[in-house]
Amino acid sequence: MPAPARTLLDKIWDHHLVCAPDGEQPLLYIDRHLVHEVTSPQAFEGLRVAGRRVRRPEATFATPDHNIPTTDRRLPIADPISKQQIDTLRSNCRDFGIRLFDLGDADQGIVHVIGPELGITQPGMTIVCGDSHTATHGAMGALAFGIGTSEVEHVLATQTLRQSKPRSFEVRVDGALHPGITAKDLVLYLIGRLSTEGGTGYVIEYTGPCIRRLGMEERMTVCNMSIEAGARAGMIAPDQVTYDYLRGRDLVPKDFDAAVSRWETLPGDPGAVFDRVEVFSGGDVVPQVTWGTNPAQVVGIDATVPDPSRLADPSDRASAARALEYMGLTSGTPIEAILLDRVFIGSCTNSRIEDLRAAARVVRGQRVAASVRAMVVPGSGRVKRQAEAEGLDRVFTDAGFEWREAGCSMCLGMNPDTLAPGERCASTSNRNFEGRQGKGGRTHLVSPAMAAAAAVAGHFTDIRQWRYL
Amino acid sequence: MQPFVTHTGTVAPLDRANVDTDQIIPKQFLKRIERTGFGQFLFFDWRYLPDGSPNPAFELNVPRRAGSSILLARKNFGCGSSREHAPWALSDYGFRVVIAPTFADIFFANCFQNAMLPVKLSEQDVDELFRRAAAAEACGTPYQLTVDLVGCEVRDDDGFTRPFSVDGFRRTCLLEGLDHIALTLQHLDQITAWENSHQLAPLKALDE
Ligand code: SF4
Repeated sequence: MPAPARTLLDKIWDHHLVCAPDGEQPLLYIDRHLVHEVTSPQAFEGLRVAGRRVRRPEATFATPDHNIPTTDRRLPIADPISKQQIDTLRSNCRDFGIRLFDLGDADQGIVHVIGPELGITQPGMTIVCGDSHTATHGAMGALAFGIGTSEVEHVLATQTLRQSKPRSFEVRVDGALHPGITAKDLVLYLIGRLSTEGGTGYVIEYTGPCIRRLGMEERMTVCNMSIEAGARAGMIAPDQVTYDYLRGRDLVPKDFDAAVSRWETLPGDPGAVFDRVEVFSGGDVVPQVTWGTNPAQVVGIDATVPDPSRLADPSDRASAARALEYMGLTSGTPIEAILLDRVFIGSCTNSRIEDLRAAARVVRGQRVAASVRAMVVPGSGRVKRQAEAEGLDRVFTDAGFEWREAGCSMCLGMNPDTLAPGERCASTSNRNFEGRQGKGGRTHLVSPAMAAAAAVAGHFTDIRQWRYL
Repeated sequence: MQPFVTHTGTVAPLDRANVDTDQIIPKQFLKRIERTGFGQFLFFDWRYLPDGSPNPAFELNVPRRAGSSILLARKNFGCGSSREHAPWALSDYGFRVVIAPTFADIFFANCFQNAMLPVKLSEQDVDELFRRAAAAEACGTPYQLTVDLVGCEVRDDDGFTRPFSVDGFRRTCLLEGLDHIALTLQHLDQITAWENSHQLAPLKALDE
């Protein structure tokens, strides 16, 4: 009998299954474990208390990103509690033999930016991190997902994870995106249609010609936000784009061509069956702007703020009404009429070099509106140096943007970069939850180009009409 | 881990959908390096007014819900970040059970690591529980439920009885308060065998 046709998820799953003992959840082998300062201290403490060691320190990589200042790195960290968390990460990495990309290290950055950039992330791997946006790494054809701190401890101690196999969900995007429309617009559009829990219990595999046309960094943007549709992970089968991106990176296999031959066996077999399939058309996507307090509350730039009373589901109606109140918006207001106080370009969704290039093209020769404070926070030390080599930092600073050091920054505002109550921000990050960027702050999620244009205009504006200088 | 067998307690209705972990425990409290002490920060931005006094309009601040240990909420509870600080905060505050129609995956898994039981009931059953809680509170009595993990059943004293399903392995771990890592380490031979055999198998060299 021929072997049954398998999806990418099936292949990675089967390959990493250590055992499935009777009456227990299966044990899945974990290839790469990424660690940051916020969700790991309690896990290391647990290991110490139980007298356990890290099973494969060489498969574990750490960096501080969430809680660090993005201003001058030579200065000591002002907040003593933040400093303690970073010192704790340092001593844990030292004690347990883990490679740390520390503050001041040229390769430090947001954990989901440096993983792919250094070649830690590779096709066919299982990758976990105590962070929900671990889904980013699925763009390389890996099975990558976020876990809690107890699971972090479990992976440190055993290099495995207890997992029931998630269901598979094919999100196929046909056609192509129109000029000016980005991967961020695409993923916001998809979340708007799938809802915040449409992907719960599933791993999404993005397929179709529109996805194939995306560059590697754009694919990361799409997979990154899978969690906002509730999905455990998002993935895209590897292809030539993936191999071209990876070739020459620091931690990829030495015999790269042999690795590529293996990776070429990963994409799903013809006839492999998904548990669920939804099909979209890339040509339907216009620039997206969120108006509410979850990423599914999103509309096109040419729309108006929606009317909650038109929603069918009572709890959606209640959520939308609450969201409008929190956001200080009135139904019927054109999205383009919404005035902004702040603009944030950064986060693991949109802080890679392509994102910064796209934003720089928009602001070149322009000035940030007088009423707006705008900042750019590169995703990693490498992205920052690359951008500076291309002169992008000057494009931004000449236009009146602040140019910062790498980190999560105002994506979640654990460091001093926060919104004040009532401030309204166009942000390239991934969550517009209440208080996410600062208590009382109002976040609208957009693409880097849309954020850049909004900074110049002082309000949202349709990037398709932008006059590039 | 502390076992969870059966629990009877007061219900706190939180009539909101998509309650995300940023609300359950806002980021400014994630800087601690301990697992304990997060209950004081639970739902902080909803629970307190800007001047630091309790917000009388917030659901958990209703006096007759004091000491409640069963949280009742709408769909997609616990969405957002993977922070286990969310179940730590709920548990430290005194919650042992969360009942909702659906939960986000990572939050759901995190509860089982902390002797807390997330119970999925249908939208209609959750509606019914909101109604019963409101009716009881209107009479000035706290609404009580029993959540029985042995019989996998939720019930009150007025005839509401609903079964719920839970993964068999997770149920056993909760009932017996098992240490997940110790349990996995019983399979150490298989883990080592996997590592050894995959040195040769075609995909393993992904690591090299
Ligand atoms: S950039 Fe934002 S979403 Fe990404 S890891 Fe940092 S805090 Fe999380």
